[in-house]
Amino acid sequence: MSDKKITFSRRNFIRTSSLASGGLLIGFNLFNSCKPNAKAPVDLADLDYKDFNAYIKIAENGAVTLFSPNPEIGQGVKTAMPMLIAEELDVAWSNVNVVQGDLDTVNYQRQVAGGSQSIRLGWEPLRQTGATARQMLVNAAAARWGVDPSSCTTKNGVITNANGDTLGYGEVVTEAAALDVPENVSLKHPKDFTIIGTDAVNVDIDKIITGKPLYGIDYKADGMLYAAVVRSPAFGKKLVSFDASEAKASGNVIDIIEFDNKIAVLAKDTWSAFKAKKTIKAEWSIDTPLESTEDHDKILKKLLQDKEAKVLREDGNVDKAFAEADKILERIYEAPFLPHNCMEPMNFYANVTADKIHLVGPIQTPQRTATTIASNLGRKPDEVHLEMTRMGGGFGRRLYGDFAIEAATISNLAKKPIKVVYSREDDMTAGIYRPASKYKIKAAIKNGKITGYHLREAAVNGNMYGLIPNFFPAGAIENYKVDAANYQSKVTTGAWRAPYTNFLAFAEQSFFDELADELNVDRVQMRLDLLQKVKGTTDEKIEYSPERLENVIKLAVDKSNWGKTTANIYQGFSAYYCHNSHVAEVADVEVVNGQPVVKKVTCVIDCGIVVNPIGAENQAQGGVVDGIGHAMYGDFAFNKGVPSSKNFDTYRLIRMKEAPVVETHFVQNTLAPTGLGEPTLPPAGAAVANALKAVTGHRFTQQPFTKNPEHLKVQKKEIIG
Amino acid sequence: MPTYSIKINGKQQTVNVSEDTPLLWVLRDQLNLVGTKFGCGIGQCGACTVHINGTAMRSCSTPISVIADKEVTTIEGLSTDGLHPVQEAWKEVDVPQCGYCQAGQIMTASAFLAKNSSPSSEEIKNAMHGNICRCAAYNRIHKAVEVAATKLV
Ligand code: FES
Ligand code: FES
Repeated sequence: MSDKKITFSRRNFIRTSSLASGGLLIGFNLFNSCKPNAKAPVDLADLDYKDFNAYIKIAENGAVTLFSPNPEIGQGVKTAMPMLIAEELDVAWSNVNVVQGDLDTVNYQRQVAGGSQSIRLGWEPLRQTGATARQMLVNAAAARWGVDPSSCTTKNGVITNANGDTLGYGEVVTEAAALDVPENVSLKHPKDFTIIGTDAVNVDIDKIITGKPLYGIDYKADGMLYAAVVRSPAFGKKLVSFDASEAKASGNVIDIIEFDNKIAVLAKDTWSAFKAKKTIKAEWSIDTPLESTEDHDKILKKLLQDKEAKVLREDGNVDKAFAEADKILERIYEAPFLPHNCMEPMNFYANVTADKIHLVGPIQTPQRTATTIASNLGRKPDEVHLEMTRMGGGFGRRLYGDFAIEAATISNLAKKPIKVVYSREDDMTAGIYRPASKYKIKAAIKNGKITGYHLREAAVNGNMYGLIPNFFPAGAIENYKVDAANYQSKVTTGAWRAPYTNFLAFAEQSFFDELADELNVDRVQMRLDLLQKVKGTTDEKIEYSPERLENVIKLAVDKSNWGKTTANIYQGFSAYYCHNSHVAEVADVEVVNGQPVVKKVTCVIDCGIVVNPIGAENQAQGGVVDGIGHAMYGDFAFNKGVPSSKNFDTYRLIRMKEAPVVETHFVQNTLAPTGLGEPTLPPAGAAVANALKAVTGHRFTQQPFTKNPEHLKVQKKEIIG
Repeated sequence: MPTYSIKINGKQQTVNVSEDTPLLWVLRDQLNLVGTKFGCGIGQCGACTVHINGTAMRSCSTPISVIADKEVTTIEGLSTDGLHPVQEAWKEVDVPQCGYCQAGQIMTASAFLAKNSSPSSEEIKNAMHGNICRCAAYNRIHKAVEVAATKLV
């Protein structure tokens, strides 16, 4: 695997101040140096995130508070990231308090990457920051004692010198604030970790379980109106005219605003806005030919068969391998569009006034969104003040600021503070969907060996990102090619939890299962044999580590009792690398009352060092169950531009009774942590499909699996043998 | 607009809303009790679950006009200190991911356990099946209901 170490300038990324109210404040930047004139404020009321992206306060009583504007989308980074600081700072985790700060300006240096990458990118810088702060406190204590700092040790916020004298961090904060920031500090050896690797419950847990306001949808401001928006009923239609007389006449409606091909109803409360919205009669013209899933299917299938496509990786001579093959296995895999369906529907607060643009809500890309809004409204970026809230799920949807832009546009026109609230119907039909996609995978077989491999992607609106063609089995098959084509649709699409790999892993891992049958070899052994060829590769582009993938596969075999289970359990295997993590999964399917039921999934994951095991297990389990849920039930189509489902009565999400027990096993190592929120999802679909093949005899190539109930019928025992 | 006097978390409250206003929006917009969440508005997800006379109900599908003389408990009123056994279990097991569905899950679980304090795994699954968790924290939810049951006896 190529070296993914993040380099950053250690010098100059920390500034300190002595707080007027007492205590030491450390402002720091994760990825960039501070501006030369940046100064940490002396008053907590003046914390901003223009010059620093987080602050640590050490109070005179030794309590540690971390202020960071980074929001939480449910992946536990809000808990895991402060753990890294606390570890190197050497304070008890119970003494650390995390406060989410406001994002005050678009000058904010850089938003910590969303989702799976946060912990990987923050691993070094956050520890460096903690270690630097610790060193400053030690230096201050050593100066007071007149001893060499290196003779002092720290533990749980207490500094001890060689004579056994002790000073609490709080006792030396004022002196520490006056010292220079040390440049070279050493980090702990992983074996000395006392916080990293121990369970820390969600930092917002008390607020969540008692129903405190936390999410964007909970936000309120004086005089705020609620906005419900009428949007085009179909992708590709334009607003011609509308009649809002009935809406206007209803008591609580204050204003009706037309903007950007949409109509906003502003009311005193959400229900009045939702209700009035339904009474608006709008006329729409057809702007462009309206698209249906049938058309997309035909177009994507044709793209799969076209002679040429954009080549993303090519090794050896694939054409020759296929020309000389004894046998060719070729399969097509098909995935529908998917809505994100964050549990908290999209929403955003905006108050656009003459001197300021105040925005509050759940967003993963505050900087980009704030900049766009400033430019849309012809305002200066530093007039935008954006506060991020906790998010009721993200899954990629909140990377897009469309709902925040709507809110700002409406507030600007109405000249009032407003909050846009999507109904579930709005949320599901005005989506930025997982693009529909199809894969054609072809393998050339000669003398019982795989000699060629060709993966073709055809997807709506875009193609897999650049690293994916270098995932497994790249490097394992001599003649190997990945190419791709796309079709530009009016349907808006974007990132959806584990973009592209969320379905590609299913296609590929299903194909490998079938390929093993075709070659009449053990399906696990076949993967292990392929990995042997990648070991010691000099190809810098190869993304995954064959050793780590091999290791998770072997562990999964062991932990799942692979091949040794009782007769009524049917197992399916799948292994995948993405988001810098290596995962292997085994699904156990049983027949209950004549129906196949996914009872258990064994999930082995190598995501480097596990910072917070209790949070990591939750993420890993959620990813597996989410992956199974969408593979089984997730179906979404368009008919003349109109989405097929609008709410959970027709759109099926996995529920309690369908969720298997997920047994997670984390590979114990001390390598830098990698992605966790996403990588357990992609392999889950194929693990289940491969097990279902054993039960039903049907080889699933389309999601969702429930599309044709016939395919889920249990095959007679004697046929399976 | 009609006036309704309703008892929420033991406190008598008066609101002026149209008669078809769902309890959910009365709680969230009129009474500032935003712990009860909006997920679907059609009784499908359980995010809005509250107790009405001790029974778990969907506040999004319960118009204000039908709850006049009934007692409503929301997540804010489940306990005074966050120490209801179900809340404690939720914390111990560290259930939430994004956390948005959890108030509804806790309200469903607490009403269920009040009627069946030593449920089987099957019974737990049936009881919690109506509450969607988009983050799919179902393993933890199941475990937390089991843990809560042990705290109730
Ligand atoms: S919001 Fe009431 S059931 Fe979904
Ligand atoms: S924790 Fe996110 S929806 Fe349940």
